[in-house]
Amino acid sequence: MKILLGLCCRPVVAMALLFILVVMLLALFAPWVAPYDPFEQFVEGLSLEGAPLPPDATYHLGTDLLGRDLLSRLLYGARTSLLIGLIANGIAVLIGTLVGLTAGFVRGWIGTILMRFTDLMMAFPALLLAIALAAIFQPSVWIVALVISMVNWVQIARVIYSETVALSARDFVAVERTLGASALRILFSHLLPHLVPTILVWATLGISTTVLLEATLSFLGVGVQPPTPSWGNIIFESQTYFTSAPWLVLFPGAAIVLLSLSFNLVGDALRDALDPTLKGRS
Amino acid sequence: MLAFMTRRVAYSLLILLGVTLITYLLLYMLPADPARQIAGRSATPEVIANIRHQLGLDLPFYQQYFNYLKGLLQGDLGRSFIQRSEVSELIGARLVPSLQLMGMGILFELIIGVGMGIIAALKRDSFADRLLMALSFVGVSSPQFIAAMLFLYFFAVKLGWFPMGGYGEFRHILLPALTLGLLGSGWYSRMVRSSMIEILHQDFIRTARAKGLSRARVVFRHVLPNAIVPVIPMIGIDIGIFMGGLVVVESVFGWPGIGQLAWQAIQQVDIPVIVGVTTVSAVAIVLGNLLADLTIPLIDPRIDVKKH
Amino acid sequence: MKRKALSLALTATLFTGSLLAAEPKTGGNIVITYQNDVATLDPAIGYDWQNWSMIKSLFGRLMDYKPGTTELVPSLAERYTISDDGTEYTFALKRGVKFHNGRELKASDVKYSLERTVNPKTQSPGAGFFSAIAGYEDVTAGKTQTLSGVATPGDYTVTIKLSQPNATFLHVMALNFASVVPKEAVQQWGADFGKHPVGSGAFELAEWKLGQSLVFKKNPAYFESGLPYLDSIRFEIGQDPTVSLLRLQKGEVDIAGDGVPPAQFLQFKNNPQQKSLIVTGEQLQTGYLTLKTTMPPFDKLEVRKAVNMAISKDRIVRIINGRATPANQPLPPSMPGYDSTYTGYPYDVEGAKKLLAEAGFPSGFDTELYVMNTDPQPRIAQSIQQDLAKVGIRVQIKSLAQANVIAAGSEKKQAPMVWSGGMAWIADFPDPSNFYGPILGCESAVPGGWNWSLYCNKAIDAEAKKADAMAKPEEQEARTALWRKVFTDIMDDAPWVPIFNEKRFTVRSARMGGDDALYVDPVHIPVNYDYIWVK
Repeated sequence: MKILLGLCCRPVVAMALLFILVVMLLALFAPWVAPYDPFEQFVEGLSLEGAPLPPDATYHLGTDLLGRDLLSRLLYGARTSLLIGLIANGIAVLIGTLVGLTAGFVRGWIGTILMRFTDLMMAFPALLLAIALAAIFQPSVWIVALVISMVNWVQIARVIYSETVALSARDFVAVERTLGASALRILFSHLLPHLVPTILVWATLGISTTVLLEATLSFLGVGVQPPTPSWGNIIFESQTYFTSAPWLVLFPGAAIVLLSLSFNLVGDALRDALDPTLKGRS
Repeated sequence: MLAFMTRRVAYSLLILLGVTLITYLLLYMLPADPARQIAGRSATPEVIANIRHQLGLDLPFYQQYFNYLKGLLQGDLGRSFIQRSEVSELIGARLVPSLQLMGMGILFELIIGVGMGIIAALKRDSFADRLLMALSFVGVSSPQFIAAMLFLYFFAVKLGWFPMGGYGEFRHILLPALTLGLLGSGWYSRMVRSSMIEILHQDFIRTARAKGLSRARVVFRHVLPNAIVPVIPMIGIDIGIFMGGLVVVESVFGWPGIGQLAWQAIQQVDIPVIVGVTTVSAVAIVLGNLLADLTIPLIDPRIDVKKH
Repeated sequence: MKRKALSLALTATLFTGSLLAAEPKTGGNIVITYQNDVATLDPAIGYDWQNWSMIKSLFGRLMDYKPGTTELVPSLAERYTISDDGTEYTFALKRGVKFHNGRELKASDVKYSLERTVNPKTQSPGAGFFSAIAGYEDVTAGKTQTLSGVATPGDYTVTIKLSQPNATFLHVMALNFASVVPKEAVQQWGADFGKHPVGSGAFELAEWKLGQSLVFKKNPAYFESGLPYLDSIRFEIGQDPTVSLLRLQKGEVDIAGDGVPPAQFLQFKNNPQQKSLIVTGEQLQTGYLTLKTTMPPFDKLEVRKAVNMAISKDRIVRIINGRATPANQPLPPSMPGYDSTYTGYPYDVEGAKKLLAEAGFPSGFDTELYVMNTDPQPRIAQSIQQDLAKVGIRVQIKSLAQANVIAAGSEKKQAPMVWSGGMAWIADFPDPSNFYGPILGCESAVPGGWNWSLYCNKAIDAEAKKADAMAKPEEQEARTALWRKVFTDIMDDAPWVPIFNEKRFTVRSARMGGDDALYVDPVHIPVNYDYIWVK
């Protein structure tokens, strides 16, 4: 716990945590914070020629190509992006941990099959896989989250697998075994607790990857369906207007980068703090 | 060692087989009918059925896949439904630009990443170190499409330093490769930094310094060669990450590589092309991993290959 | 007795002379960009935005159009005659026309080319256009490889017999699919003929770097003397339209083949220097929303009418920056048969609500709208979604890849609404018939067809058949009137919501010469390469 508290004292990490917290709160309270309905296409939100409006007093971050308030869409978009980030990553971590732990602990032919399958998924071009999956299961928020987790669990499985193998070889597990402890007991009271730091680190870093993948899928037009805003599809809808209406890309773009950066920073700090091999060195 | 390599290669082939199977299965499930697309708007149901039969699309799945494998063994990737030409020809024409971009991208990654890592390690805990590490973090946290669009806008449109797209001359490759390189350099710089710091603390370096060798000499003759070692297998793994980046970066910069080919094929459900590109990408990734696996034991003899 | 149809001895110079203000110059090399790959240059197969006009310039056909217009003129044919009953066409070929390989083009080549397109093995998307030719069914059924209706009494004479009179047949002979190809070249290259095209057109293919560029060079032996004006055209592929436009402003590109991307349109239009580079033209295109007439609640006429009244077309046109004009009927304004007096359904939210209530949906209903996932289509769908929400219809948008939308479009139980944008109907040839059969006729209201409303009105179908059989020149006025009635009658059934007719914007560099109409040619889409020139 001390370590975790120590995290907050590094100013950069503290700022990252703060940013994540703020985004989460804004997303949670979007209906109260957002100045407008994010779906409302305002007649006066477009110029007479149909161009989006730059930031001004009425629309603080300008309007999008349909005359909707960009700020409100960003706030609601945070919900989608975070929701997908958390759910997809949660599923990915769960699958990854299950596969890695089983393969590393049970070994034998089950372990072999699981790890061979993991290797197979590693060789799959992740983005192509995601695009194909998204095309088959016409994308909704849940499908997008599922597709992303189908792609992202692989790395975690690998890490957990090698950690489990390493842990199983350690003396204390061997001692437990000779003392006749049941497999489940070893699993839950000895392996899992030791794996928690790794899982925690990867869970945090994984959110960053997930947020980026969601944005990229949306950018390619196979993400969350309109009119539901997500940070990725706001950019997708506006990308061709980039030179004439840069705010439509810059604001959501900055939001994506900052959120992904924050999760990366926190995850990295967690790793420094929790990885025993690095302890005392810095 | 030979036995290990043979086993690894055989295993890699097995993985490729799995990749083609899964890709084929996914596309088989796709709710789109290539025969209808080929037949056009004036086609009657009989014409469509006829085309479906000619393409073998009316066969059960396992038979379609078996036919594909049979062709694959003879080096035949099939014919594109939409472009009506050999998939191998289409991919062949696109492969060189993609490899060029990938090569340049990885080169930039290494130059930028290793350079930043060295500086950061030498000036450890200084402002420069913090700044460089922060930048590397921003790099790995940015989606390629945002970076690509920003770079295109500022460096090509606003500043006019680079051409805005196109292919053929050296100047064309710079901006897309820089985009890939800058974003990917973060992992390398962090890795080089930490391995440099580790080595700087080791006894033989202290001895060298104590012997009175100049700092620059120690760094370049003793520290750097050792610090760069872990980077080599990383390049292999990086190839896989690159394949994804290519789709996005090629489409923003109009680079005539397999990323664009893949994207167009997905839009049109051009199954032979999608399977072909996936297979080729998987080959690249498997080769990369193979490279990583084979170089690690050469670099770090402590790792016993037999355990793998 | 046969009669001469038109005075046909027009030479190329004659009609270009009347068309162009300045005297065209010969020579010059230009650069044209496209975003998407050129799939194939096989005239029996190519059916894309990019290759449509390229194929027209590489190959010759019996018929063609006066440049920049929709007026039919003989091309490879010197002249033609039609039998009294309208079922037999006799074409006299020009003599001395050479393929790019140097061999003279003969009547047997015309016969071979038609049979090749119709042959199921060729898998031509245009085979269906030739269904009027006698013997078509036998070839498509695989019974024979020869069309019994096509005969070659001499080296320079082709007679084509139709199973029934067909007013659109001359248009069909001007389609890319009717291009004349040399048998020996097709046999030499086999399935790769599309990569090694040999025709008799104004240009020949000099070089093709797959996925990168194509170079066309002038055919010095082209049968229209003096044409083409350009020495060569270099097509650069894979270029983002925005980037193309910026390169055009820098002078690196002469024609941006994909036009002005929506985003740059306003900037470009409002810049006095650049404004002159844009050529605006009408397009034989209608963007429409289909309502699946077989699927509740769209099986109710009131509901379909209500949807027609609930959508603000003006707003949609504004969203795409005025690049189109609102539509009220299936036919675009420049198509014969367009009814300029027809006013269509008014935009009337209250009226729509009332109709919905009458139909038994006072509180609306839930439905789905399928749309292609490239800009601006999802935006247009969202505008429609908001409009329909105002009358209580809750729409869920399915934004998918083109192939998936097309596949779902004709399914009985899917895609209750489809926005046609991105796949929208651009006429294959400038005749109203082309807007009926494939997208509104009973025959196409089947799974796999393009009639996504699955609309079928037997009475209207009979009238359409009647109109198609009116092939005689003196019947043309009556025929056009009949079509006019057909399309307004269709609107009474409201299977579609016609949304807009898109305009076409081609951007060309200042050094390009030639009449504006050539750059927005209604048939040589997007640009008529044969007649443009460099100042």
